[in-house]
Amino acid sequence: MDVARLVELNAAYARAIDNEQFEQWPELFADPCLYKVTTAENVAKGFESGIMYADSRAMLQDRVSALRKANIYERQRYRHIVGLPHVMGRDGTATDVETPFLIVRIMGDGTMTLFATGCYRDKVSADDTGALRFAERVVVCDGGRFDTLVAIPL
Amino acid sequence: MDIRHDASVHEPATTPHGPWPEDSLARVPYWVYQDRDNYDREMRRVFEGATWNFVCLEADIPNRGDYRTNQVGAMPVIVVRDADGTINCFENRCAHRGALIAIDDGGNVQNNFKCIYHAWSYDLAGNLKGIAFERGINGAGGMPKDFKRETHSPRKFRTTTLCGLVFATLSPDTPSIEDYLGGEILGRVRRVLNRPIRIMGRFTQPLPNNWKLYVENVKDTYHASLLHLFFATFRITRLTQAGGVLVSPDGAHHASYTIGSTDAPGAEAFREKDLRSERDDYKLADPSLLDPVEEFGDHIQLQILSIFPGVILQQIHNCLAVRQVVPRGTGRMDLLWTYFGFADDTPEMNRRRLKQQNLVGPAGFVSMEDGCVGGFVQRGVAAAGTKISVVEMGGSTAESQATRATEASVRGFWKAYRRHMGY
Repeated sequence: MDVARLVELNAAYARAIDNEQFEQWPELFADPCLYKVTTAENVAKGFESGIMYADSRAMLQDRVSALRKANIYERQRYRHIVGLPHVMGRDGTATDVETPFLIVRIMGDGTMTLFATGCYRDKVSADDTGALRFAERVVVCDGGRFDTLVAIPL
Repeated sequence: MDIRHDASVHEPATTPHGPWPEDSLARVPYWVYQDRDNYDREMRRVFEGATWNFVCLEADIPNRGDYRTNQVGAMPVIVVRDADGTINCFENRCAHRGALIAIDDGGNVQNNFKCIYHAWSYDLAGNLKGIAFERGINGAGGMPKDFKRETHSPRKFRTTTLCGLVFATLSPDTPSIEDYLGGEILGRVRRVLNRPIRIMGRFTQPLPNNWKLYVENVKDTYHASLLHLFFATFRITRLTQAGGVLVSPDGAHHASYTIGSTDAPGAEAFREKDLRSERDDYKLADPSLLDPVEEFGDHIQLQILSIFPGVILQQIHNCLAVRQVVPRGTGRMDLLWTYFGFADDTPEMNRRRLKQQNLVGPAGFVSMEDGCVGGFVQRGVAAAGTKISVVEMGGSTAESQATRATEASVRGFWKAYRRHMGY
């Protein structure tokens, strides 16, 4: 798979979240899909839980709806710095890809903190139109600590 | 019963800041969330006192030599499965120079722990067994001949287990866990933990508030339908649903619960007040997120149970978790989440739990706000150490009530807290 196209997909992902265009975020996934936020420790121990878990595009849309309409949290934004994708291999029609990330959280008062680092473990495939989509995106955070709350997807 | 008439409570209360306001369970001075000396007193009198502290799950340490490290208040501890299957807990502090004996969060040791600093070693009960170069080298150096290893060990806890939960106490005065909890709360623990469990994940949520603000939040049945829009909109619970709160006789522990279906009489109370949390138009695009099945056979959809001082057992439909409160100074704490299911879960049940876990934790649709609201209080009262909080919904006593529009279990916390603190 063309690495440049993976870079583009990751850039679109980061841009949707960092520019608070959350409604575009589910569109980058296949349907059905898997999106999960977990930690390296849970992965190493074989623990399956995530703090976010979705297996359909609609469930991702519900995350966005809750973010917009339901949940209460202080104003905050993210800045994603996404590293270069490394193609691990091919699994049927999907390509296994790992991409490191770093997320800075910017609070309403201007405080910037290193919020999360880790690795996206993805299965990427092309949809009917040939566009790349995440069949799976497992967000494996390096640390096991999530400060205060995680409202916006990582 | 008001604390003033409760014979089990000490003589007229005195705190480092004078008498407790109005000597009432319905009043809480804000300095309790700020004062460093008071915090240190809590570590000694509450966590190291006559209380049972949750230290791990039995499922964390199934085999001989399996251990976990944890904290009891400010004290680092090791919890380990001994050769005979019993569980020991002792302070994670070498008797020599005070270094941590175990530095990982868990693992397995054969027969002993060895401090990395000078290789002093301890058996699985925390007894000092080996001292490197105890007799010196070539007759020179070494420990004095009259040094008694058996009088130099880290502090040891008594341990007990209940339905797979492991507790530890430093005090000889702490009653059995059954007497500590009382029959009602005990029944509510057994109701959920009725067979072997399976750990599904662990997450840590650092919170910007005093540990007691989180414990109060958990016990506060009044806020759930008001703060958490997700709960109310999807009718997982609302105050108008049938339910109530059980408070142990000493006030220390609680279990709140919601029963049955959604539209109970009284739903109008929400609409008339035009409360933010009542929006009927919000629907899930993928309802499989909330596809619960009855698994405890009693129509209790939701049960939140707290054991004093700092552990919570949660059942929200099929989403089960233990949450441990770890103090990290007056204005910080860690919340340690362990999500679990049962060993006999089918693949379908496993998937159902994974989806419902979206409700809780640091990113929980329902619990997310609990992460920040304690910080809002901590910041709000920054200049109000001499001012007082009002905790008077449902009266000023701390007994069980058949409604959740009450702060009875919060007052129960203060009843127990003041008894342990001598206030």
